[in-house]
Amino acid sequence: MVASEFGDPKLVADLAAKIASLGVANAQLMEVCGTHTVSLAKYGIKALLPEGVRIVSGPGCPVCVTSDSDLSQAFQVAKTEGVTLATFGDMMRVPVDGISLLKLKARGCDVRTVYSPFDVFALPSDKEVVLFGVGFETTSPGVAAVLREAQRRKVTNLSIISCFKLIPPALRALLEGSDVRIDGLILPGHVSTIIGSSAYDFLVKEFNVPCVIAGFEPIDLMLSVYSLLKMIKRKKPMLVNTYTRSVRAEGNPDAVRIVREYFEPVDSEWRGLGTIPKSGLALRDEHSGLDARLRFDLRPTTVPEPAGCMCPEVLRGVALPTDCPLFSKECTPENPVGPCMVSSEGACAAYHNYG
Amino acid sequence: MSHELFEQVFSSRYGNKYLDTASDKAVLKMGKNRIAFTSDAFVMSPRQVPGCSLGALSVFGTVNDLLTCGAKPLYLSSSFVIEEGFLFDELNQIASDMASAAKKCKVEIVTGDTKVVERGKADGVYIVTSGIGAVIQGVDVSGSNARVRDRVIVTGSVGNHGVAVMIARGEFGLSADVRSDCGSLSDLVLPLLRKFGSKVHALRDPTRGGLATVLNEISIESGVAIEIDEKSIPIEPGVKAACDLLGMDPLYMACEGTMVLIVDRGIENLVLRELRKRGARRAMTIGAVAGSPKDRVTMTTSIGGKRYLSMLRGMSLPRIC
Amino acid sequence: MIDMCLAIPCTIEKVDGLDAVATVAGVKRAVRLDLVENVRPGDVVLVHSGFAIQKLSQEDAAEVINTIVELGEKSGW
Repeated sequence: MVASEFGDPKLVADLAAKIASLGVANAQLMEVCGTHTVSLAKYGIKALLPEGVRIVSGPGCPVCVTSDSDLSQAFQVAKTEGVTLATFGDMMRVPVDGISLLKLKARGCDVRTVYSPFDVFALPSDKEVVLFGVGFETTSPGVAAVLREAQRRKVTNLSIISCFKLIPPALRALLEGSDVRIDGLILPGHVSTIIGSSAYDFLVKEFNVPCVIAGFEPIDLMLSVYSLLKMIKRKKPMLVNTYTRSVRAEGNPDAVRIVREYFEPVDSEWRGLGTIPKSGLALRDEHSGLDARLRFDLRPTTVPEPAGCMCPEVLRGVALPTDCPLFSKECTPENPVGPCMVSSEGACAAYHNYG
Repeated sequence: MSHELFEQVFSSRYGNKYLDTASDKAVLKMGKNRIAFTSDAFVMSPRQVPGCSLGALSVFGTVNDLLTCGAKPLYLSSSFVIEEGFLFDELNQIASDMASAAKKCKVEIVTGDTKVVERGKADGVYIVTSGIGAVIQGVDVSGSNARVRDRVIVTGSVGNHGVAVMIARGEFGLSADVRSDCGSLSDLVLPLLRKFGSKVHALRDPTRGGLATVLNEISIESGVAIEIDEKSIPIEPGVKAACDLLGMDPLYMACEGTMVLIVDRGIENLVLRELRKRGARRAMTIGAVAGSPKDRVTMTTSIGGKRYLSMLRGMSLPRIC
Repeated sequence: MIDMCLAIPCTIEKVDGLDAVATVAGVKRAVRLDLVENVRPGDVVLVHSGFAIQKLSQEDAAEVINTIVELGEKSGW
């Protein structure tokens, strides 16, 4: 349940009625944040919307869009003697060719889950510690802060595999591609907290698509849908920030600054979207000492997608989880084939668990 | 996971009509009597959390299991696998906790065994408890007995034990005043069984996998649908806050002193009155049994939305009981 | 298990340099303040993966609710 006013059932019902009275017969909205995927499903919002209004998931689940090549590099590090691999919990169960970090842990590799990247300082210091850095703009500032603290403490046994990705370039790639229908965008509230609402101005200027920055409570979600449908109906696309209590135009400049100090944008491979220019973060040259890819000589590999797995299409929003032939049959949360089912924020897991 | 393991390895080799219905409890016919027989291994780590100790849990857990068979718990056996070097003081404390729990439940620990293994070959101590009880005349509780229009009642707030263990583990860096609900449910359940007999259709304690998991198990075993109202599920604020901070869901966190009852709708209010009279002040009806969608649990969310409440997916926290 | 973008509003109880204790409904956790400036006890912050990422504005929260209640033509929408 929720912070009182933002979950008030009466306000939610009011918004549902207002949404219905707009009379928009057919609209496809996309959200690009795993936490939005889960919030929408957990609150059962689908049942409150008119039938023609659909919300599809885009590439907002960082676990899902991390390439098998990057995950294979993490496996390689995990299997190295004298190394502790620290990872966020959700990456543990993603399978590549039948292997996962969890399976490697069961075989005796030193793999530890951390809740906060800062927890790496609590790990035993007699081994090399490698942090598997997966996430979007909400997570990378914390990791940059950890690197700064590591330098302050003169720690020499820490390095990271940087797999961080950036949302705005992915949005550009989606909108430039022609195979997915996006009538309106629900933008991620916490990524936006960091990068600021001004980071999305190009969406309206260049692509004329209505956008709303949304929080995660029921009122936030319903208000965002209402705002998008209103803009669609009036054919007046704008960028609206409904999460003003956390998102400023300039975002969090301190967080942006510290990320720039340690990282720079590079081309990055996204599952389902291919390589997107300047959509990932790599350590800057002057911090290459912290780069696990250099320390452990990690190379990219090509791993074919499992046969029949439609994660790439689901991540682009061109297919629903229920369109995949493996959904809930060969592919379940207990025996996942692709990351969209194994990640707690994956679209397939949400459909399977919440309906 | 462990249910699949059980089926693949054990059930497939020495399965029988008792084992195949429910692996960790059985109701046996011995002459004219029905005897409930249950067994459980206790490996909780850490061994002491606010409101619960390994020793107490090893008694309450088995007593509650016997209650879910509709039985009056009578006798327990208790066996120990002890790591060499385990502190005597702690072993004494475990035994005291067990004695005190047994006294509360009016059961006797009549037999058991201890084995000591070398240092490093067990994590401190593991306890395996088995129990027998006499199924009450006229009572027939089973996960497959839920009927359409039955009511779903919980005896108290959910998720306390799992969250208390999670916090006590320290690996998430939380501190909070959340206590395990570990305790015996005899005083609540036995009077209900004696009074309402066969109108109590099912009893389950939501241990590993929490409330959501037992509701799904019952819906599958009975071939029915269960509809739940999220607003009515009692959850303590501290439990909810800890789960929010870590992205977990209280409906999947273990309880060790809370029971789910599926009862004939005619006795719903009487049952609630009896429970609350006996101290279960947060006892609530949280839903009802329906015909469809079969084998699924649907939940009306706190904002009036609707969605499935599925089985626990993937891993639960290890070693919570 | 752990949502990647999950961030919860918490109240700051204690501040000691870049370390602080945040609390919500009686549950306390250590948080780092590397990413937000001028945080004082009593401030409400959004916490993600052990870091405070923004100070939350109570006025803005109230404004959103008022906006919905009136559903007036604000900001052109």
